[in-house]
Amino acid sequence: MMKTTLTRRACAAAAAAAMSIATPALAESHGDGPMMDSIHFLIPGGAGGGWDGTARGTGEALTESGLVGTASYENMSGGGGGVAIRYMIDNSESQHGTIMVNSTPIVIRSLTGVFPQSFRDLTLIAGTIGDYAAFVVNTDSDIESMDDLLEAFRADPNGTAIGGGSVPGGMDHLVAAMVMESAGADPLDVNYVPYDAGGAAMAGLLSGEIQALSTGFSEAVDLANADEVRILGVTSPERVAAYEDAPTMMEQGLDVEFVNWRGFFGAPTLSDAEAQAYRDTLAAMYETEAWEEVRARNGWVNIHNSGDDFRAFLEEQEEAIGTLMRTLGFL
Amino acid sequence: MLEGLMIGLSTAFSVTNLLMVIGGCLIGTFVGMLPGLGPMSIIAIMIPVAITIGDPSAALILLAGVYYGAIFGGSTSSILINAPGVAGTVASSFDGYPMARAGKAGKALTIAAVSSFVGGTIGVMLLMIFAPMLSSVALLFHSAEYFALMVVGLSAIAAFAGTGNVAKAVMMTLLGLIMATVGEGALYNLPRFTMGMMDLQSGFGFITLAMALFALPEAMYLVLNPARSETGSEGGKQGEVKDLRITRAEARSMAPVLGRQSVQGFFIGVLPGAGATIASFLGYAVERNIASQEEQAEFGKGSVKGLAAPETANNAACTGSFVPLLTLGIPGSGTTAILLGALIALNVSPGPRLMVDEPQIFWAVIISMYIGNLVLLVLNLPLIPYIAKILSVPRSFLIPFILFFTMMGAYIGQNNATELLILVGFGLIATILRFADYPLAPLLIGFILGAMMEDNFSRAMQLYDGFGFILERPMTLGLLVFAALLVLVPSYRARRARLRADGVADD
Repeated sequence: MMKTTLTRRACAAAAAAAMSIATPALAESHGDGPMMDSIHFLIPGGAGGGWDGTARGTGEALTESGLVGTASYENMSGGGGGVAIRYMIDNSESQHGTIMVNSTPIVIRSLTGVFPQSFRDLTLIAGTIGDYAAFVVNTDSDIESMDDLLEAFRADPNGTAIGGGSVPGGMDHLVAAMVMESAGADPLDVNYVPYDAGGAAMAGLLSGEIQALSTGFSEAVDLANADEVRILGVTSPERVAAYEDAPTMMEQGLDVEFVNWRGFFGAPTLSDAEAQAYRDTLAAMYETEAWEEVRARNGWVNIHNSGDDFRAFLEEQEEAIGTLMRTLGFL
Repeated sequence: MLEGLMIGLSTAFSVTNLLMVIGGCLIGTFVGMLPGLGPMSIIAIMIPVAITIGDPSAALILLAGVYYGAIFGGSTSSILINAPGVAGTVASSFDGYPMARAGKAGKALTIAAVSSFVGGTIGVMLLMIFAPMLSSVALLFHSAEYFALMVVGLSAIAAFAGTGNVAKAVMMTLLGLIMATVGEGALYNLPRFTMGMMDLQSGFGFITLAMALFALPEAMYLVLNPARSETGSEGGKQGEVKDLRITRAEARSMAPVLGRQSVQGFFIGVLPGAGATIASFLGYAVERNIASQEEQAEFGKGSVKGLAAPETANNAACTGSFVPLLTLGIPGSGTTAILLGALIALNVSPGPRLMVDEPQIFWAVIISMYIGNLVLLVLNLPLIPYIAKILSVPRSFLIPFILFFTMMGAYIGQNNATELLILVGFGLIATILRFADYPLAPLLIGFILGAMMEDNFSRAMQLYDGFGFILERPMTLGLLVFAALLVLVPSYRARRARLRADGVADD
């Protein structure tokens, strides 16, 4: 059975990014020519997913802007991304021209041991974009704020089911637990209801099967714009320009910050110079119009962490998620 | 509505949009014929083209054309070589392939084309009239009802549990359900039964299993059982034009099936958690179990009704899936999720306001679907004699060709060579089972429905803290009772008829 975990936004990303197939990689000369001749993107999931969209969108911006001569893509799904990671490590010597896209689940899945490797076994290139998490309810729900939700939760934790598009212990569940923990509630009391995709979870919310939904912010914005859901809180440090009406968790007294990052990794035997070349190219990408167009079309937020900053960011996230998962009994 | 209709008509009949419909249908139906490339991959490939067009109506008309074109063409490989490339056409092979083996490939393809046309067209009519009201129907079902719906779908296996075969069919179904549990389920965060193999982490791939269970054993059967081949695909009966015709009697028996399954399939398609696959199994199960006894015995052996039912239902469902997509912005399947992504990239926000804010998009798509269905029929009917001729290719060429396509189908989705090992491994086991006369269809039905059944079942259990949902939700109970009746009533009737024949039950 093909399992698709497609979210609204992920699809938008894939859809838009797939454009790069049609637009041939005509590298206009950029000063002294492209910074790199070619990049091969390894995508650990199937066509149409979030990883796919990120890789193809990045490749599109890099080639359109002339920073890179040509970009090619390879989808290798399986093992929740583990098959592609194993491939990068086993074939390291022949993969110096390849970078692999990944995101927050690489941290979660190596903590739970879904795959034996971790981000430490690869060469860290950079985190490039991110999406905040959000809590949403039905527009006609009488829950108006995080306070209302917490009140309902304290009164009847089991009857206040919170859904999400990931497995228990996955990202949407962890965010829900983080929020409840910061409100002083026991995160173990959260009645988390998992769905196998963002779309199914959204249908669950609208049909009244669950009372609230933990989901990606950009996905929530699309439905909020259509007046179908109300965003109770977003896990960003400040309100996000894309939807100013959504209050942050912080301003409602909940000390929660969370970002689902996406970024790139190189083969373990990559030399420092080679890794730096990838980092410099990606850093230069942020200045280009081509990137701004791709980014805006997909509703991505620039969150750039390169090299050592990326390592520090990942270690911090691993620590926070690890602690929470131990509390929840997943580790 | 009338005003919207007029806008839709004028938009849909512009030269560009007509070309989009025809182009989309052409591409969809031809690529759809290849196993391994389902509508999802074709649409993903077509999206860059659609976005370059820029006009949202034209783009959506093109993509919708590709979508139902692919569903239309998808049954071809199921019927001709028993190789269903997408889950929605598995049920079409149950009776379509036996018909083709009996030298009636042309007729089978014609039935499939006509059923698809009727299902699609009635589906569009329902979509046009009821779409605004249907958004609430789409949200009617909770996990508990979806679980019950899958149970109804599972009753399709009764068709393979003929005399003396009940135990075998049940065993195969259970095996399928067990195989569906392999991998990291959607609801658990631990991998199950993967034996530490990372390649099994995401479970078995649908296409790999479909090829291993259906296409491969059939090809092997043709090689290993030469006696059968004389009456089989080389019988020389194919390709004759008279084969194409549907007789008057057949048309009469098909008509009510087409009507019922268009409506039933459409409504199942409207539910975001169901879709074309469930619709086709349900259509097959319902039609088989309400058919008369003589007709029932035909199911699984080349029944006209058995082919018409799933073909009508999956096309109607595919149209129905546009209801949650356009009126709620909720994708019911991977394919509609990609369509949604394309819409958002084109700055169209599907949702309750789409019909108000941008009626021309909504209506143009609906009108284009009428045109598209007609285009598909006109396009496909004249080609059928030529497509059916594929089977008169000498076996020494045909069988390697089938093997090549099964391998390609299994590899292409994941780029993982391990899929080929799984394909060959299960292909060998399936071949042995085939020779031992175990029906393989229940295995695949169990596998396809198993994962969804388990997901919805455990969600319902969690929300109701136990089995309470069966009694507390009348619709769930109703569906479960319906499933039980579907299986029990025909067997009760058969038993009574047998007893009466023996002169025992003279009451």
